[in-house]
Amino acid sequence: MQRIGVFVCHCGSNISATVDVVRVAESLKNEQNVVFSADCRYMCSENGQSLIKNTVKEYGLTGIVICSCSPRMHENTFRKTAGEAGINPYMVEIANIREQCSWIHKNAAEATEKAVILGRAAVAKLNRDFPLTEGESSVTKRALVIGGGIAGIQTALDIADAGYKVDIVEKKPTIGGKMAQLDKTFPTLDCAACILTPKMVDAAQHENITLYTYSQVTNVEGYVGNFRVTIKKKARYVNETLCSGCGECTLKCPSKKGKNEFNMGLNNRSAIYIPFAQAIPNVPVIDTEQCIKFNTGKCGLCQMTCQAKAVDFSMKDEYITENYGAIVAATGFDIISLDKFGEFGYQMYDDVVTSLEYERLMNAAGPTGGHLVRPSDGKEPKTVVFVQCVGSRDIRECGKEYCSKICCMYTAKHAMLTREKYPDTEVYVFYIDVRTPGKGFDEFYRRAAEQYGVRYIKGMVGKVYDDGEGNIMVRASDLIAGEQLTIKADMVVLAAATEPDKTARTLGTMLTASMDTNDFFTEAHPKLRPVESPTAGVFLSGFCQGPKDIPETVAQAGAAAVKVVGLLSKDSLKSNPCTAISDPVICSGCGACKNVCPFGAVELAEKTVLTERGRETRLVSVVNDAVCKGCGACTVACPSGCMDLKGFTSSQIFGEVDALCR
Amino acid sequence: MNEKQWAREALTISGVHAERCMKCGKCSGACPSYEFMEYHPHQFVDMILKGGFEKLSNSQSVYKCLSCFVCVERCPRSVFPANIIEAVRTLTERSIGGDKIAADMISEMDDAPQQLLMEAFRKFSK
Repeated sequence: MQRIGVFVCHCGSNISATVDVVRVAESLKNEQNVVFSADCRYMCSENGQSLIKNTVKEYGLTGIVICSCSPRMHENTFRKTAGEAGINPYMVEIANIREQCSWIHKNAAEATEKAVILGRAAVAKLNRDFPLTEGESSVTKRALVIGGGIAGIQTALDIADAGYKVDIVEKKPTIGGKMAQLDKTFPTLDCAACILTPKMVDAAQHENITLYTYSQVTNVEGYVGNFRVTIKKKARYVNETLCSGCGECTLKCPSKKGKNEFNMGLNNRSAIYIPFAQAIPNVPVIDTEQCIKFNTGKCGLCQMTCQAKAVDFSMKDEYITENYGAIVAATGFDIISLDKFGEFGYQMYDDVVTSLEYERLMNAAGPTGGHLVRPSDGKEPKTVVFVQCVGSRDIRECGKEYCSKICCMYTAKHAMLTREKYPDTEVYVFYIDVRTPGKGFDEFYRRAAEQYGVRYIKGMVGKVYDDGEGNIMVRASDLIAGEQLTIKADMVVLAAATEPDKTARTLGTMLTASMDTNDFFTEAHPKLRPVESPTAGVFLSGFCQGPKDIPETVAQAGAAAVKVVGLLSKDSLKSNPCTAISDPVICSGCGACKNVCPFGAVELAEKTVLTERGRETRLVSVVNDAVCKGCGACTVACPSGCMDLKGFTSSQIFGEVDALCR
Repeated sequence: MNEKQWAREALTISGVHAERCMKCGKCSGACPSYEFMEYHPHQFVDMILKGGFEKLSNSQSVYKCLSCFVCVERCPRSVFPANIIEAVRTLTERSIGGDKIAADMISEMDDAPQQLLMEAFRKFSK
């Protein structure tokens, strides 16, 4: 026999402005086994909590119903209170009369009636509830960071400094990511490599960090505290331990027609190559598609040159399996393909470049040694036109609906640096809005316009075309002057929209981490849990969660590291007791549950069961509580109805439905 | 009809969500008829919302639009300025008194866009 207490929250005026809370409390008094019912201004407050505790004691309650906000908001609060008051935390039901009632209805009478019905359903469920006990699981004290850009490096360094082992998996042959490709960084104009490469070295030399470069995660199993991850270490064809990084092989390689990815394809590299001078590890890799030895069987010059005998053509891809307690996604970004933006002539004209290409052209370590010249004829440009929002804030199929956030600032940087190095060059920036929130950011943009004489024009470029004499013409509108402009440009620089790295989606699926329609990882709460994925044990760092500049990325990387350290510092984790349970007597062993389980938590096992026909030994489904997430897929798939979800049993759900339909 | 009703009518028959416009001006940056028009594609989008139908309707701009749809093609917000211009033109044509076009009048209308002639035939030569 249950003794139920009902508490109806005003939530200030959030609920009480639309719902007559006193009437709700009054009506629910008549429900089965309800021995106490009252309203309270703020149930989540200290007063509300002590009201619960005192009432439990005074009335000898066995369970409580709270009519308040969404359980996503305060379920844990009330479960904790119940636990402190001496009743099982799972004997708490919440009727959501805020998000699902007061906030969405205007008619007070109808909203009140609905609130009563929602409360009634909660009481009905509580009448069928039974105490549940949380299990415990262990924590592997090792973290995995996926992505070796500034986000991944910073997260790994912070975790490692806290004393935990951490592995970085990077798909490229070197860590460093996009930041390694940048020239200067806004708004202070310090050189990207100068501030990044020391961190790369720190990561490589840290006793707690293991680097897996040229590697990819291929499989993830398990759950928070106990992930089991398979990493594919692609064959470099150069032995990392033997190689001294002298680079002799890259000079001797006769196949020099490969596009240099690090320089955005603006120059060529050999088939055996080190991406850039400060690469970590400083070990070459062979591009097998380009290598003469791999294509014809003849050559092997690199092998002959190598004094360390590090070149090994027989190397195979390696698979490593390792256990982790936490996983951090730091997969970063890329810029979108401009194939569908014919109006800007990116495919047609060599001198129309993306900002990332411009970054390499300005970089002292770039293909031109930092001397700004046009890709077409190697001459210094006299007029450079920057176009912002190319594909950003673009709701068409080819674009991205969001603001890429970093373009206003790096365009100001490019424009400023161009004017500084080449004062004779005219620089135009076409903008829709200049968005520069951030410390020192607007001042930076204004400096470009006021001190460096960059011509900012409000308007968008409509067309980039050839005037028939080999000149690039830019036609655009100047909305402030109210005219259409045509500018003869030597170079056009497109601020192409950003997008999450292509591998993010596959990784998201492996991690069962939710993503938005743009393939950015979704955070557990947009404000209060910004570095955690809703999937327990998975954390987010950097651009993969949403557009971010370097300072924000580093801040978020640190935040993610703290969350990881918080998890790894625990000796055991409480597991969700709302797991599936199978009744072996009814189970026919068909395996439908096993097939639908996304977590591999259901197995078929031989069991002796006592049925009405006597003792039988047969295959029945068995749920591994430690792995089960309580998603309920198996309960729906089960044709015989033997599968139930604790905390959400069929009897509880039908009880609720009956109460709703009464 | 007042300005509000005209605007609603123009937006209804064109099926355009003018509120989506982020005022980038790309339409007018691409428009080949720009210099011949008093009001430009981006202004059509802006003015129709602010109650400028009369001004647009009385302007020669309606007939200077080539209906080349480059503004539609380039618009990053899928606002389709040419569809609004077309709607204003249609409503203008419909509202003028002796609004019939006979086949022999066409030779005098060499300035008018083909789109206008097509729709005039569709509506009036029954």
